[in-house]
Amino acid sequence: MATAPEPGPDLTAATEAARAEVPPELVAQTFGEYVRAYVARVRNGQSGVLPVVIGLVAVLVVFEVISPNHVFLSAGNLVNLFQQSAVFIVLAMAETFALVLGEIDLSIGYVGACGAVIAVQLVQPATTNWPWWAAILAALAFCAAVGAIQGTIISRLGIPSFIVTLAGFLIFNGVMLILLLLGPFSGYPLISGGNSPNLQVLFNLMSGTIDPTVSWIAMAVIVFGLAAILWSGDQRRRRSGLVAPPPSLTVLKIVVIAIAGIVVVAISDINRANFGVLAGVPWVIPIVLGVLGAWTLLLERTKFGRSMYAIGGNPEAARRAGINLPVIRTIAFALCSVTAGIGLILYASYIGGMSNNVQGGQFVLFAVAAAVIGGTSLFGGRGKVIHGVLGGLLIGAIDNGMYLQNYDVQRIDIVTGLVLLAAVSIDALSRRSAASGTANRV
Amino acid sequence: MAHVTADSPSATEPLLKVRGLEKHFGPVQALYAVDLDLPAGQVTALCGDNGAGKSVLTKCISGVYLADHGQIFWEGQPVHIRNTRDAAHLGVETVYQDLALCDNLDIVQNMFLGRELLRRQLLDEDEMERQAAKTLAGLRVTTVRSIRQPVASLSGGQRQSVAVAKAVMWNSKLVIMDEPTAALGVVQTRQVLDLMKRLRDRGLAVMMISHNLTDVFEVADRIAVLYLGRMVIQDKASNFDRQSVVEYMTTGGMSRGGGQAAH
Repeated sequence: MATAPEPGPDLTAATEAARAEVPPELVAQTFGEYVRAYVARVRNGQSGVLPVVIGLVAVLVVFEVISPNHVFLSAGNLVNLFQQSAVFIVLAMAETFALVLGEIDLSIGYVGACGAVIAVQLVQPATTNWPWWAAILAALAFCAAVGAIQGTIISRLGIPSFIVTLAGFLIFNGVMLILLLLGPFSGYPLISGGNSPNLQVLFNLMSGTIDPTVSWIAMAVIVFGLAAILWSGDQRRRRSGLVAPPPSLTVLKIVVIAIAGIVVVAISDINRANFGVLAGVPWVIPIVLGVLGAWTLLLERTKFGRSMYAIGGNPEAARRAGINLPVIRTIAFALCSVTAGIGLILYASYIGGMSNNVQGGQFVLFAVAAAVIGGTSLFGGRGKVIHGVLGGLLIGAIDNGMYLQNYDVQRIDIVTGLVLLAAVSIDALSRRSAASGTANRV
Repeated sequence: MAHVTADSPSATEPLLKVRGLEKHFGPVQALYAVDLDLPAGQVTALCGDNGAGKSVLTKCISGVYLADHGQIFWEGQPVHIRNTRDAAHLGVETVYQDLALCDNLDIVQNMFLGRELLRRQLLDEDEMERQAAKTLAGLRVTTVRSIRQPVASLSGGQRQSVAVAKAVMWNSKLVIMDEPTAALGVVQTRQVLDLMKRLRDRGLAVMMISHNLTDVFEVADRIAVLYLGRMVIQDKASNFDRQSVVEYMTTGGMSRGGGQAAH
């Protein structure tokens, strides 16, 4: 990531404005050019993920300085922070499907919670005793069906997604309570403390650890895989005479990925227990990375993803290009709900069961906030899955850091709200400055 | 009503022939037995006042509307254009007045929208970029800085050029342009008119709907005038002057009597 502020003295205002229109990697042939192009772009309001990355670094530094005994950046707290953030992250990735279309899904909190209750109920040895994978598949299938139904109503009947999913929010809050009361658990089906291997797998999704050797090997495979894809892609473009980013930039990206991987595994392998040994990469990290990788591939490298961005940008143009809008919208809402199901199953794993304490409404608001803070536009057509990860981490870090400071929950909410407001303002301002550059735009 | 004059500039069969096309919406008759020829290698300007039926005629050809009566011949063969897919299959592409571009997508993504090239189920970005670059270079659209820049950052003329390039990339033989210069400044209008001439020189049939007679006389080889749903005249552009076109547009040519009108 090129962040060093190096305003080239040779840049006139005019060339700066011209450069700002074009993503820097498209025209820059050297690393220096790239940095200057990036700076020009940020100055013009097209900052991409820069605000959230700066925000994240600032939050980490501030809380580390002020936290008692500087525990904020300790290995134990960092792993804990990621686990707490994971639910927000996955829900934000879910909401990205709706936001890219220019829609919103308010129901994901309770639809996902219904899925989680289904998974938790089905694995109970006292009742159905399903294998863990079958229970999870059933839960996600339920979520997919709900999302597809909501998406069908939205796209075929033309009812705004806000209203349809608001109804879904209420309906599935009720459905969740009914599902909770099934079986002999008084509304509190648990997955902690049991001997059943199926219970244990669900419980371990969040906090089960991976053997250090395995995690190092897996990390190395992932990093080398990504490096090979990045590098060979550049080479192929260069060979066929297309503009490719400067090699130094690609190397920098690969180095950053490698360092991130090493840091994550190294921190996770530090013993974080007060008594005994608790070390290793928690399962939730590969789970989140898997969702991130799959959905990024889907949105950015497939016809389906391209159609979603087209619909978010200009539905009429998408329709005339032969894209089947109702089908794409329905699939997107189904995927949104499935991802929410994954998020709430992780939540159940973190809590150790399900209960009527699930704050489905707050989950939705935090999911939208995380996606928007990360850089996804509320106005449709712009947004990436990674934005949900960055925004979710930022919200999780604020939550965790203020909790360590013993701040009240109401103050945490105020700060989170202010961060959201700042993020939306950046989104709106960048849209305005981009719009003022061209005619015929709203 | 009007039949086509025998002295059509090319002796060969026109690329697209419309005969006796009628279209009504409920009780409102929009087109009355319209005939139209669109020869290859020529720009045909379709003129007419508001409500003359220009858009309806265009949409019947491009497959948006289904005509009630009449026939369409493509390269001499009768064809049924039931939807836009049929039209695209024949090689008819329409550049709409609003251009139908996605501002959030880049030039390449827009040009391939809905017809993306795939390699192993994934988007083949490199191949699409190469083909888009080739098409743009062929049309000598060279003012864009990078074909990977979002369409939002383009000028009006550049956007029009991208929309035209999108239309001609699919081996289209007839390009219909709806008010291509309406929203453009002087320089950008020039760019687009030059682009239309290049399409003609490549042997494509071009149909241009325009109110702007300066542009029409600048670029059109043939002029066809609709008046209240009827084709009142179509002929070589050199047989018209501004005065006569305006008169056909506003009165249907009735005040003139004979002239070139083929009654």
